[in-house]
Amino acid sequence: MRDGLGRMQRVVVIGGSSAIAVATAARWARAQRGLEVVLCARPSVRRDEAAEQLAALGAVVELVDLDVEGAHAEQAAVMEAVYAGRDVDVVLVAVGVLGDQEQAWQDPQAALRMVDVNTRAPIVHGVLASNQLRRQGHGSLVLISTVAGERVRRSNFVYGATKAGADDFYRGLAQAVAPEGVHVLVVRPGFVRSPMTDGLDEAPLAQTPEEVAEVIAEGVREGREVVWAPAAMRWVMTGLRSVPTPIFRKLPI
Amino acid sequence: MIVIQRKSLMGWGRTSPTVAKVVKASSDEELAEQVRSAGPRGVLARGLGRSYGDAAQNAGGVVLDLTGRDQVLAIDKASGVFTVEAGVSLDSLMRQFIPQGWFVPVTPGTRAVTVGGAIGSDIHGKNHHVKGTFGQHVRSLDLLTGTGEIRTLTPEDELFWATVGGMGLTGVVLRADVAMTPIESAFCSVDTRRCANLADLLVEMADDDAYEYSVAWVDCLARGESLGRSVLTRGRFARPDELPEKKQGHALDFNPRVPLTAPRGIPGGLLNKYSVAAFNEAWFRKAPAHRDGELQSVTTFFHPLDAVADWNRIYGPGGLLQYQVVVPDGAEDTIAACIDAFSNAGAASFLAVLKRFGPQNPGHLSFPTAGWTLALDVPATMSGLGELLDRLDRLVLDVGGKGYLAKDSRMSGETLRTMYPRLPRWQELRHEVDPDGVFQSDLARRLTL
Repeated sequence: MRDGLGRMQRVVVIGGSSAIAVATAARWARAQRGLEVVLCARPSVRRDEAAEQLAALGAVVELVDLDVEGAHAEQAAVMEAVYAGRDVDVVLVAVGVLGDQEQAWQDPQAALRMVDVNTRAPIVHGVLASNQLRRQGHGSLVLISTVAGERVRRSNFVYGATKAGADDFYRGLAQAVAPEGVHVLVVRPGFVRSPMTDGLDEAPLAQTPEEVAEVIAEGVREGREVVWAPAAMRWVMTGLRSVPTPIFRKLPI
Repeated sequence: MIVIQRKSLMGWGRTSPTVAKVVKASSDEELAEQVRSAGPRGVLARGLGRSYGDAAQNAGGVVLDLTGRDQVLAIDKASGVFTVEAGVSLDSLMRQFIPQGWFVPVTPGTRAVTVGGAIGSDIHGKNHHVKGTFGQHVRSLDLLTGTGEIRTLTPEDELFWATVGGMGLTGVVLRADVAMTPIESAFCSVDTRRCANLADLLVEMADDDAYEYSVAWVDCLARGESLGRSVLTRGRFARPDELPEKKQGHALDFNPRVPLTAPRGIPGGLLNKYSVAAFNEAWFRKAPAHRDGELQSVTTFFHPLDAVADWNRIYGPGGLLQYQVVVPDGAEDTIAACIDAFSNAGAASFLAVLKRFGPQNPGHLSFPTAGWTLALDVPATMSGLGELLDRLDRLVLDVGGKGYLAKDSRMSGETLRTMYPRLPRWQELRHEVDPDGVFQSDLARRLTL
């Protein structure tokens, strides 16, 4: 159970090696000694490093092998075991792949993989997690989305389009599950310096995973439905949304 | 008749809402059926929701709203013992029976609590030093247990004392026999002392036992020499001949006005250390340095905050938290350290309440123990509050003190287990009457009770 100061007792991360998710879990672990963090991801060095980092902060870390590209029945069985434990205060859905964006609109396999990781997996886990939180009558479900889906651009439209599918699903889910005490938060970060963006040129308003984590923690505490990271991104994207298409396409973004 | 509604429930601190199926049932049998058919998220009784944290919430489960069961079933004027349904409020008892010369044995700072809640939290009031807790005035109670049977318990039964202060986790209190206090007027004769600091206050409080009711209000923002400056108010019920002539004919009139309501949608941050310091300063200066025998009404003396309904909303959307602890006699320095810590942190805290408790009763989880209790409200959004209170918990633990479950929303399970060494025995008793763990609450989940 979350306490009266918003401190968590148990957090589940889908995509447990995501830099943003780990930074967020770390923030909560610092506020609450003994925080239980369940990192669900494929086994990897990054997942192990995340576990070590969180354990060093006093968190009790549980590693769960989960392949978000696998059969959904298999994933549901894995998550059933996770959700059979103590109440979950937050489920953080932090799966996503950027990949080679040029290949992604030319190679059907590459395009499908973007759909599988960026759209299908968050939706499957949105369903599984919200079912659990509804049974509990409390808890937050957080999707790490992106600003890129707000208006797709030539440079990363497959990423933007596939993330937008999940983003919209969670916006609707928020409304559907609110009467049962479940809070759904969609987080839309701009450019984040992380392993996902290694080798890319930095965009304006670039930020660290820790800065995004701060925005997420505040959004959860205040029960917001959508937060932008940094906050100014909201106005940038609002502006860009209303730029006429011929001009938008000529912008250096 | 049964009415079922899905609702978001909060405590008085408005900090951690959760959703439950709220059931209003009118008969014992219907309530027993709710208990027998409980799902995996269990059942919990709720009264008027005045506990500050998550004690009266049961996320995802059933919450039995008992406020509709509010009848007075029998009155024995010879013994002063009234048989009442657990959903009746102290407000209702006072409105009905003060005019007949009966007062509740113990009242907290609000009348808006039910008898069931008063037993579950084993509440105390300004007379604890001489009269003990509410539970000590209960002669018997009917408890609906986890197996759906109804047991009548008296103070001879250990389960009675597991239920008194048991936070509703041993079952549903359906009815209770409560020993009321005879009074001759609805006015109190009050002596006031303004104390320059904590040391001054402790000296003044030395003769507390001469008074039926005693409490001190402490300005937690005062620092240095003035640390713990306070106003001590003590009193007793007045005799009719002490009242002004025009009131003598209707000395027992009691008809508190319907309270003002704090507006909705108050933004956060209105209460800050400057606005609160200004309030506290004005309040301190307004108090007389020394005044004896002032006549105050029951509402003024006992329930000043009831004049504004929903006053908890002035803390804005972030909500509030009340920190209340008790430390044994001799540990006055720990009280000073707590006040000092809040003062240093610049906590936007209105007046804290300081009071001397009498001896502990046999309740396993009952809060009051002989010594000093300090209680204060703080905005839940204050930065660094979690660390501050965790640190104070350790200071309190070091001297053998403890915190109060009815106020708690942030203690750790580990701290609780150290503060309440009789918890394992309570858990055994609870398991005996509720082997399947039907009775659950958010507080019980958070603290793994």
